[in-house]
Amino acid sequence: MTHRRAFYFKFQQHRTQLKLELETRNPMAAKDGGDVSSKIALYSYWQSSCSWRVRFALKLKGIPYEYKAVNLGKGEQFTPEFEKLNPLHKVPVLVDGDVVVSDSYAILLYLEEKYPQRALLPADPQRKALNLQVASIVSSSIQPLHMLSILKLLEEKVGPQERLLFAQTNIEKGFLALEKLLKDFVGKYATGEEVYMADVFLAPQIAAAIERFKIDMSKFPTLSRIYESLNALPEFLATSPENQPDALH
Amino acid sequence: MDMAQAHQENKLKIYSYWRSSCSCRIRIALNLKGLEYHYIPVNLLKGEQFSPEFQKLNPIGYVPVLVDGDMVISDSLAIFMYLEEKYPQQPLLPSDLQTRALNFQAANIVCSSIQPLQNLAILKYIEEKVSPDEKIPWAKFHIEKGFEALEKLLKDHAGRYATGDEVFMADLFLAPQIHAGIKRFNVDMVKFPLLSRLNEAYNELPQFQNAMPEKQPDAPSA
Repeated sequence: MTHRRAFYFKFQQHRTQLKLELETRNPMAAKDGGDVSSKIALYSYWQSSCSWRVRFALKLKGIPYEYKAVNLGKGEQFTPEFEKLNPLHKVPVLVDGDVVVSDSYAILLYLEEKYPQRALLPADPQRKALNLQVASIVSSSIQPLHMLSILKLLEEKVGPQERLLFAQTNIEKGFLALEKLLKDFVGKYATGEEVYMADVFLAPQIAAAIERFKIDMSKFPTLSRIYESLNALPEFLATSPENQPDALH
Repeated sequence: MDMAQAHQENKLKIYSYWRSSCSCRIRIALNLKGLEYHYIPVNLLKGEQFSPEFQKLNPIGYVPVLVDGDMVISDSLAIFMYLEEKYPQQPLLPSDLQTRALNFQAANIVCSSIQPLQNLAILKYIEEKVSPDEKIPWAKFHIEKGFEALEKLLKDHAGRYATGDEVFMADLFLAPQIHAGIKRFNVDMVKFPLLSRLNEAYNELPQFQNAMPEKQPDAPSA
């Protein structure tokens, strides 16, 4: 087995093992978002990594929410009801009483202000800024460049081989920069010994890089270590795509 | 060290490129908050962002970078949030949580859905892999898609400015993007009446105008 495949296989094994443990502990724990609260609803799609960021944050903060599946494959984002919530037809959308927030970064900053328990931004200004920067690198410099719509466009304009190549090139460019950026700050997690905003953005991004784009993570030792820590968190596992109510198996 | 020199040393520094819309956002913020700063140009076309000195400041090689004493902050959103917290004069976020969220959302539409799809790196890629003639149409397509989204998002909330009657974060992110769309990418603003109206409002504010690319020290002379 090549080094890369062994690496990928190890992550998958670990994920499956932890899933079994979680299900044994509480058969319902992996399936729903905790007690259904009349307060917060999250419109989400199981495979959306932007939705995963918010699910992960809600879980870390211990905020119960109602999971509202939006089937993007069936065009449910274009229904009149959903359009009223988000005229941009995107998930995730958070509804908290009268407040409706779209865009994962905006939602996370809202949650951080409204529900300060289990803070996701450190108090120290330099580390706070670093977390916001990492979140921006993921949400602006990496994720938009491997969205399905862009890859399809490039396939048309350049050729079918370009889809994967473009996605991989940009992910690796971003990961290389993150390696340099984080190496002086990394602890057990991205910016120290606690899970913060950077980790919330990194974890789903690295998962996508490994599983959808076959990135060789051995080139990124700092990110690999961070991911190993995050992949051991029940909150991360419980909010992963395959454990969502709308997951297709 | 005399007082003038000390004052100079204590000034904020911004590493910026004249045409970088991300840098422009922060130039506007600094102007609105009345903060003096040293302008340090980084010529992206000449690859100065890859110099060892700049890589130490920001390994991803992007501008802007803000230096405030010992603090070094990269990324316009991170810099914005830092300035907002450290220099609370002329607040650039409203107190109401829903309107704050709207500002973050509008800013992110620019940061994630528009600007990364028309920055130098991707235009170079399109030029090489598709054709030089495809650069402008590619950028125009993505900017217009983003502008359509912003029109929808803001139409029930805009006042004199994007999210009400005061200048807030959304305006700082919108103004440079609209400017770039018009000046460089042939965006047809007739399709975007709200953004057109906002742009006119920004054109009347010296803090916005003085931050625009053509007014920067490293802009090519006419």
